[in-house]
Amino acid sequence: MIKVTYVAHDGTETVIEAEEGTSVMQAAVSNDVEGIVGECGGSMMCATCHCYVDVAWEDRTGQRSDDEDEMLEGAASEVTGRSRLSCQIKLDPSLDGLVVHLPEEQL
Amino acid sequence: MSPSRVVIVGAGQGGLQAAISLRQNGFDGAITLIGAEPGLPYQRPPLSKAYLLDGKAEALTLRPASFFESKQVTYLPDTRVLEIDRGACEVRLDGVGGDRRLGYDHLILATGTRNLRPPIYGLEHACDLRTLADAARLREALAAPRRIAVIGGGFIGLEFAAVARKLGHEVSVIEAAPRLMARAVSPAMSRHFEAWHRAQGVALHLGRAAIGVDAGGVALDDGARVDADFVLLAAGVRPNTELAEAAGLETVNGVSVDAQLLSSDPAISALGDCASFPDPRSGAMVRLESVQAATDHARLIAARIAKGACPDYAAVPWFWSDQGDQKLQIAGFAGPGATEEVVSDGLVARFDAGGLAAVETVNNARAHMKARRLLAPGGSADLAALKDAIFA
Repeated sequence: MIKVTYVAHDGTETVIEAEEGTSVMQAAVSNDVEGIVGECGGSMMCATCHCYVDVAWEDRTGQRSDDEDEMLEGAASEVTGRSRLSCQIKLDPSLDGLVVHLPEEQL
Repeated sequence: MSPSRVVIVGAGQGGLQAAISLRQNGFDGAITLIGAEPGLPYQRPPLSKAYLLDGKAEALTLRPASFFESKQVTYLPDTRVLEIDRGACEVRLDGVGGDRRLGYDHLILATGTRNLRPPIYGLEHACDLRTLADAARLREALAAPRRIAVIGGGFIGLEFAAVARKLGHEVSVIEAAPRLMARAVSPAMSRHFEAWHRAQGVALHLGRAAIGVDAGGVALDDGARVDADFVLLAAGVRPNTELAEAAGLETVNGVSVDAQLLSSDPAISALGDCASFPDPRSGAMVRLESVQAATDHARLIAARIAKGACPDYAAVPWFWSDQGDQKLQIAGFAGPGATEEVVSDGLVARFDAGGLAAVETVNNARAHMKARRLLAPGGSADLAALKDAIFA
């Protein structure tokens, strides 16, 4: 199992464990983490699973793709260099302990 | 006075979203979510795509059981609503515990659609694709090499065809209209997908109606046969309006609602696939089959109930269909009679009397997102602005 910490906009931390291969979005939704919507179910059709990868982890989560970049244009909150669509980050052992921060709004 | 008991009929993505949004908006009354299927509410779009390949049913679950406890939402799976008693403000249920009645102050109809059964003999030989149980059966069928016939060249039929072809099956698609996805996309986009499916080796029978299915395949209206040992019926859907009709609500191609998504009874709202609502752009009554309409409708209804008032519905429609490596994205909605302009390969703009109505793109998220913004209220929805935004 891979541990992920979600830090809500108000600073509340939620720590969950998810199976390898699960996306950061799916792990949040299936553990009822508030602040990730994932409306399109991970099809990269919306920008409601926006997260900011913690600075300590950005090297390991990889770069966002061009399409992901375009869909993030529709995000409800500010997009920064560390913004990702969490449906596009798949959990593997190298991400055990991952920390992501959640935006104020997803819609 | 704000209602204290909300009952939601239908536990698909829209019905569940209504429950989620009611709590997010601070509604503290009782919420009951009623679903006809067993298990937790789940996403349907992947049933014709990713699920057929990976079989991960648990990944489809929209919210875990803990959500319903923590948010105090009473979820009644495996339960059917038999009747809406508007006089008593009650619904009559048939489910676990037998026949019983449940009172409401506000009722939300999220009853969705059911598969259309065209007048074709032998449909008992064909499979449907609507529920998780259906998709699980299809997945089993795809485990051995087969000759597959798909009746219906719409989104679902073509998504399934693309998956089946990718898995190495022989696939034929039979479509009664002269082109693919005729109800949903422009003729130019139909041609794009026709060429793509043919290039994958899918046999397309366009302008040919299926008249019968038997153990050996499908009979067509021109006397030809499509040999198949597996047949999928994907010939579109029909809104589930029987409850509303029996209760005397106005229904025309869905439960008729106004710009506040209220039915002809102010204590009853309707959302998503089962609702016919005024298109914010044209004012025409439309019924959309999409995740976007279901969830945006749900959010408006929830805000109205929780806060007592909300602005009229104004969301820009969007749709998607993944067929193999071809990601079709549609921003906006173009009704029948729309004209088209092919802007570039895989990018089509559609127009009606009100100007730019919809933009269809393939594998072009950039153009799709630009189009969504241009089509939003206050956007400059014209072709020049679209081209400026895309080619800037």
